[in-house]
Amino acid sequence: MAGIEVTALHKRYPDGTVAVDHVDLSIGDGELFVMLGPSGCGKTTTLRSIAGLERQTTGDIRIGDTLVNDLPPAERDIAMVFQFYALYPHLRTRDNLAFPLRAEGLPKPEVQERVDEAARLMRLGPLLDRRPRQLSGGEQQRVALARALVRRPRAFLMDEPLTNLDAELRADMRTEIKHLQGELGTTMVYVTHDQVEAMSLGHRIAILNKGRVEQIGTPLEVYDRPASLFCAAFIGSPPMNLIEVEVADGKLRSKSGLALTPPPGLPRDRSLVAGVRPEALEVTEPGAEGSVPARVVSAEWLGDEIIYVVDHDGQRDVRVRMPPTVRFAADAPVGLRHTGGPPPVYDVSTEELVA
Amino acid sequence: MAVSVDEAVSAGPVRDHSPPARRFGGRGRAVLEVALLTVLAVVMLFPVLWMIETSIKENRDVYAIPAKFFDFKVTLDHFRDVFVASGGGRSALSVSFLNSVVVAGVSTVLATVLGVPAAWAYSRFSVKAKKDQLFFILSTRFMPPVVVVIPIFLMYRQVGLFDSKLGLILIYTAFNVPFTIWMMKGFVDEVPAEYEDAAMLDGYTRLQAFWRFTLPLLLPGIAATAVFALIFSWNEFVFAIFLTSSDSVRTAPPAIAGLIGGTTVDWGLVAAASVVFALPVLVFAYLVRKHLVAGVTLGAVRR
Repeated sequence: MAGIEVTALHKRYPDGTVAVDHVDLSIGDGELFVMLGPSGCGKTTTLRSIAGLERQTTGDIRIGDTLVNDLPPAERDIAMVFQFYALYPHLRTRDNLAFPLRAEGLPKPEVQERVDEAARLMRLGPLLDRRPRQLSGGEQQRVALARALVRRPRAFLMDEPLTNLDAELRADMRTEIKHLQGELGTTMVYVTHDQVEAMSLGHRIAILNKGRVEQIGTPLEVYDRPASLFCAAFIGSPPMNLIEVEVADGKLRSKSGLALTPPPGLPRDRSLVAGVRPEALEVTEPGAEGSVPARVVSAEWLGDEIIYVVDHDGQRDVRVRMPPTVRFAADAPVGLRHTGGPPPVYDVSTEELVA
Repeated sequence: MAVSVDEAVSAGPVRDHSPPARRFGGRGRAVLEVALLTVLAVVMLFPVLWMIETSIKENRDVYAIPAKFFDFKVTLDHFRDVFVASGGGRSALSVSFLNSVVVAGVSTVLATVLGVPAAWAYSRFSVKAKKDQLFFILSTRFMPPVVVVIPIFLMYRQVGLFDSKLGLILIYTAFNVPFTIWMMKGFVDEVPAEYEDAAMLDGYTRLQAFWRFTLPLLLPGIAATAVFALIFSWNEFVFAIFLTSSDSVRTAPPAIAGLIGGTTVDWGLVAAASVVFALPVLVFAYLVRKHLVAGVTLGAVRR
């Protein structure tokens, strides 16, 4: 087991595309670290550089105390799980599991023992004599995980391993992976574009955009105080409301007069945007204390909650999360009120968090 | 169900709920289809049938007027003449057949050996100006052989490749490599690169990963591509006739064409030679037909 240090990683392809601009990561020993971002943000390239499947243009990668820049993938002592499983199609499950061990030249009894152990851990017993095409997607992914396990590597690298599974199976596998990682205590780097997966799995999350790290933090930090407008828009469903605000006599107000709790240390001379989570707002009867007049555009009834989309003077499509007991009809005049603590505030021009 | 056009148009909104195609369908349509297809098949296949018939007729039946379709004596003399010279020993035609086998076979193997790894590289690696390179490679196929045959003839004469099997093999390989690269790139794209990644993590080098895991999955594609390359080399006529002069080097297409001309034409021999010439490709295509179909449908690997 070992931590992973990525320093000033830069990857430029021969055709001129810059996949990773500048990435610094410090992944702790035994950590489940998630890299999250939209497609093309450089997360997979970063992972493949750690694996040794791509050679970075500049920058250093250390696994444990070893500088692995020039080591081939097999000598980095890591295991990787792919989106397309990559089980060898001509081998039975048993042989797929044993393959990396035989390639290492381990003695037969030990190969047998390790395969049995991984099969028990991933509950593959009945599948051991089948070939990949006789397995369902979920089973294939479990075999792929087991194949990563048998090697007892210093770190697991996961490249969107659940993307090809259907929703229900994905949730099950998510739990399973989290549980497994906790039990083994092996460092895991997990790449995904799914923010729910990232939030539920990661000890820490790195949000990547255009080949750069926008923010690194625990799921709660990332949710409560997104470090940039990009992170604010990326994390959370429905996403944060970005409301233009100005500072006036110690108060933070939107243009239409909606009052927000001001965070300390606000700069006065810049145009600002506040990021307000849907649950930090409240739809009230029109004219309620501290509310501004608004109108319901639509309501999404989700059973355990209702997402109201409201317009208020000059601000369209504000999303508000309400309990299912509070009901307003579409088009009804209502009030809108801020209930939470100080929201994160961003500078419009730099798109960075200022307070 | 015979419906006239008038009825069909003025029938009103509810009388017939069947979809429009069915109005002209049914038995009549099936009969018409079969009839049309039969006519087409006869027109297309008649020359082939006539060739086969001519190859087994005696000479006087070949020239009989009116032509004899069925009541002729079957003989295999023409086939013997294809392989055996009139005074005994091997005929010039049989030598040219052997040349064809060597030239087409070797050039196909060469094109495959060069083209498949190239296709793999183009599929897997990020290469500068990849699209332009691929277009350039394909563009060598844009020109009809007859346009470039004169310059190639002059070059070949300079370097001593004129009238040699090696010369033909090289030119056919050059023509087949671009085709192989393009067709194989499609097949390689279909095989997930993750197999190679996984193999590399398991301790193999990139080339070993290609050889041990990707190549076996490419075999159907290679078979399909090789058949097409083989057919090109086997049938090629223009280069063959310009770049060879002696009977010992000449391939079958110009040799068969050479039988026609002069004062008399032995049509029985021409037909028999043509049948022998057509057979290998037919047999080969039949043997790999499964792979050919797989090649056309692709998607053999579930993603």
